[in-house]
Amino acid sequence: MSAAPLATAGVSVLQLGAVMTGGPLLYGLMAKVRARAEGRAGAPIRQPLLDLRKLAGKERIHAGNSSAVLPLAPLVLIAATAAAVAIAPLISTRPALGTTADAFVVVFLLLLGSVAVALAGLDAGTAFGGMGASRAMTIGALAEPALLVAVLALSIQAGSSNLPHIVLATLAHPQWVASPERVLALFALVIVVFAEAGRIPVDNPSTHLELTMIHEAMVLEYAGPELALITLGEQMRLGLLLALVANLFFPWGIAAAASVPRVVLGLAVLAAKTAAIAGGVAVLEVSMAKLRLFRIPEILSAAFVLAILAVVTGLVVTP
Amino acid sequence: MSATLLVGGLGLGAAGALAGAALPARARVPAAAVLTAAACVASFAAAAGVLVSGGTIRVHSAEILPLTGVTLSLDPLGAVFVITTAVVGAAVSCYAAGYPARSMKSRAAAGLLPMFITSLLLVPAAASIATFMAAWELMALSSLLLLLTGHRRPEARDAAQWYAVMTHAGAAAILLAFVLMGAHAGGQSFDAIRAYASGLSPAVRSLAFVLALAGFASKAGAVPLHVWLPRAHPEAPGPVSALMSGAMVNLGIYGIVRTGDGLLGGGELWWWLTVVALGVASALFGALHAAASSDLKRLLAYSTVDNMGLVLIGVGASGALAVGGHAALAALAMVAALFQVMNHSAFKGCLFLGAGSVQHAAGTRDLDCLGGLLRQLPATAALFGIAALSICALPPFSGFASEWLLLQGFLRGFSAHSAATATALLAGVAALALTGGLTAAAFVKAFGIGFLGQPRTPAAAAAGEAAPAMVAGMALLAVPCVVLGVIPGTVMPLLARAAGTALGGAPPDPLRAGSGLAIAGSSDVVQPALLTAVLIAGLVLAWALVRVRVRARARRTEAWGCGRELQTARMQYTATSFAEPLQRVFDDVLRPDRDLDVSHLAESRYFEDALRYHSRIDDAVERGWYRPLIGLASRWGEVARRAQNGSMHRYLGYGFAALVVLLVVLA
Amino acid sequence: MITSSTVQWLRPLRSLFARPVTERLPPSPGPRPATRFPGSVQLRHVDAGSCNGCELEIASAFGPVYDAERFGARLVASPRHADGILVTGVVTRNMAVPLDKTLDAVPAPKVVVACGDCALGGGPFAGGYGVADSAGPLARPDVAIPGCPPGPVAITQALRALTGR
Repeated sequence: MSAAPLATAGVSVLQLGAVMTGGPLLYGLMAKVRARAEGRAGAPIRQPLLDLRKLAGKERIHAGNSSAVLPLAPLVLIAATAAAVAIAPLISTRPALGTTADAFVVVFLLLLGSVAVALAGLDAGTAFGGMGASRAMTIGALAEPALLVAVLALSIQAGSSNLPHIVLATLAHPQWVASPERVLALFALVIVVFAEAGRIPVDNPSTHLELTMIHEAMVLEYAGPELALITLGEQMRLGLLLALVANLFFPWGIAAAASVPRVVLGLAVLAAKTAAIAGGVAVLEVSMAKLRLFRIPEILSAAFVLAILAVVTGLVVTP
Repeated sequence: MSATLLVGGLGLGAAGALAGAALPARARVPAAAVLTAAACVASFAAAAGVLVSGGTIRVHSAEILPLTGVTLSLDPLGAVFVITTAVVGAAVSCYAAGYPARSMKSRAAAGLLPMFITSLLLVPAAASIATFMAAWELMALSSLLLLLTGHRRPEARDAAQWYAVMTHAGAAAILLAFVLMGAHAGGQSFDAIRAYASGLSPAVRSLAFVLALAGFASKAGAVPLHVWLPRAHPEAPGPVSALMSGAMVNLGIYGIVRTGDGLLGGGELWWWLTVVALGVASALFGALHAAASSDLKRLLAYSTVDNMGLVLIGVGASGALAVGGHAALAALAMVAALFQVMNHSAFKGCLFLGAGSVQHAAGTRDLDCLGGLLRQLPATAALFGIAALSICALPPFSGFASEWLLLQGFLRGFSAHSAATATALLAGVAALALTGGLTAAAFVKAFGIGFLGQPRTPAAAAAGEAAPAMVAGMALLAVPCVVLGVIPGTVMPLLARAAGTALGGAPPDPLRAGSGLAIAGSSDVVQPALLTAVLIAGLVLAWALVRVRVRARARRTEAWGCGRELQTARMQYTATSFAEPLQRVFDDVLRPDRDLDVSHLAESRYFEDALRYHSRIDDAVERGWYRPLIGLASRWGEVARRAQNGSMHRYLGYGFAALVVLLVVLA
Repeated sequence: MITSSTVQWLRPLRSLFARPVTERLPPSPGPRPATRFPGSVQLRHVDAGSCNGCELEIASAFGPVYDAERFGARLVASPRHADGILVTGVVTRNMAVPLDKTLDAVPAPKVVVACGDCALGGGPFAGGYGVADSAGPLARPDVAIPGCPPGPVAITQALRALTGR
């Protein structure tokens, strides 16, 4: 069957392209929702794409004392995020790297991206880079456990940590969506998404005050195409996280076979689901103030406890 | 054939020790290095033969140790540890050949290092109580003496004291356990003990296990018996600390597995739940202190405590599942634990060798004084970086493969439907998850502050690259970090055989064949080779896209500092400031010791002359448990001193009273 | 029970579905020149010794009523992320070197936008004792926004000329 691998490859290229354009569009959508909630007209939704195109043509600058780590980090971030996108079942239940489509692999690939950016922040040799790296690794150290245990809760319920398997199992058992372990894991994952994607209340992506920056401070030294890669990597990460939350908890609409109408439907449904979740995230962002840095561990510990409760509920309630 | 290789290897090691002690100054270090490396190669070959064939090498000689003879028996379980030690030993020999410190070139050090490595190779092969204890003591004494090569420094003497007391207390506990097991066994070989073990009463068996656990867990660095580790490993010279963390702590794990699963035949559930509890405590404690430490080698030592905690969780889970009758699940957990042992030795050995190079080049281990070493020591820094990425469990390196296997072991273990085991596994999962994040923070700090950025002191700016032999030693350990990460499936059948030997019986193979990791009987699979290919393709494509769009080279200019006129290296974050948010979050556990000295000007108390702030994080267990115990012991000693008042008459009186009591008792 | 805090929370939701208060602006006079930053320009604001009058007007230009962001312009924190600098104030002696460093940190192609009469060399502080001898990069700005202070409409129209929207 030579058509099947080709079809899978085609769907994967489509999926990668969708996340690479969809990530910036989601950022633009969230900015638009925020602007409207503030009563402004706001930039058009495609504005992040225009920003990326302009950045790609600018000059590359490296800080004088930096080493090879500084130009290497954006490449590692993009490669790791793209690999995670290739693994995740977003449009169809048969991603390109289906033989290695494990939930824990996605978690660790995202960690690889974070570590690369943190090392780049330290490589710049400035106080801002170190501050950003320190805060980002502190938050990551507390968000990682919650993410891992929430993913484990889903794996225990589905009987496997293979991502397509979890999606297919949820499709086969629709009543799982209302099960207590799913609900608890969803709450934990939503809090972790706020932390991993750097949104209010954890981090303000549009702040100008260096002392309030977490992620921005690490990328203060980047210019031109490397900045475009880092920004695109962060946008893809947000898109991937939102799409995974959508597909692991509400997978209806995903293409189970590789026929063209199913794939188009899958893409449309994915876009609608992630747009809805992104809108919800933006509304939550507008309604809350950013937390003090030393309050963030409290909210992340809450996410961890919720995730542990999800696992315990799953073990106790299983027939 | 394999027996000859094994005995030959041990003989070559002894020859290396002799060469190091006897030869003149120029020749002794290279000769010892060559002979020790040959010993490691021979032992590796013998152990590999055992693992591939699944058989056992048995050697008995009645001549070497009088009264008891020497009994060696290398089965697949011991072979895994011999292979690990052989690779680390070969790398360390190569490194030591180029290590420039004067203290390691003396006759004592050059002779003791091969002896240490040989004893590390001997312990997993020992098959009788006498051989085992002889090898164990040889290992302890040679490492203690190597630690004392730095005896001019008070910290090294202090560390040696702690190490000596704790390792010998542990050896006493182990010996007592063996005596309890073997007292009526009719022979002191492990075979005889195993045959007799079912005849012991449960109370004696449990007591023996608890004693053996105390001794071996102390060697492995399990909380609360770990306090020697963060003192001894940093003070030891570079090659010695790599051996201690990369090979010696493994033998603690080997001892627990051999005693619990092998000699005592599985045991009871509460034994293994205790092991899991020790593992959880060690993992969390070690990771936390590593994240908060600004001394490079102390950070690595606490990270060893953390990793050994994870291995203990795996071993405990395996034992608990075996007691419950789930042989396949137990085998999976044991394979995961053994794989973590192998990977930890490779990357921790590489990290310690790198730390040794850094300490020698820059003159300090304090991360707050380092920086910019990627430019000064490029090869050492690159290899340190590979090992650091591996210990953070990042794909595609070996740490990721073993962490994935551990997670799968826990995930499968939940299906065993036993409440106690499930609670233990839940604690294990929580510990694994928490330590993952803390380890990443610790090693971003170690690599980022130590090697990236600008040098914070002139000493760091003047550091030079290490000798080629030292870099070659590190490279030898970095290769398994990459290879075992990309094709972990190749060693899985060997580890499954070792797990089968450890647990007894012939459990089914927990993993399917292939270069990746695929759990038998489920759809959980990961192909790191494919992932690596995708990652490299992604890197190359992204790089090509950048170069196509902007052909000109990057402009080098001053770092952006808000336009300030003067930017210095002192303005960078230090390791202490990097760890400060985490330290604040865990303040209740860490309880840093803070001191502020303010001196005022003579003219007026309102003007300050100098401020001195001192902050130190002590080991919480040492502060909370050991210091009160030591205080109690010294107070008791003070009381007992009153009996020694110097009067000859009183001493004669004591002797007379003891004689009278003895006569009364005997009569 | 609807408390006042619930009403506070719902207010952004209400404005989400209401009409934005942003005013429509007349199209820029004259033909749209070809611009180096079509659709997107980011600027780093530098206060080189201003009285903060221009800053208030810039804040108003990015506020809800005049909203310069809808034309693709944005203020960013790092000059490395920017396409140019938006300078207010007469260049004082202490700010001369930082202004040069900030412009040097911007990647090419870059623009200098001088906002306010002070930045254009005039203004009430010209010739003062704290003013630098040479205006540095402000001697030849790419975009000039005269006024003391210039109104938000003038600022927004100048930014539109940069983005071509």
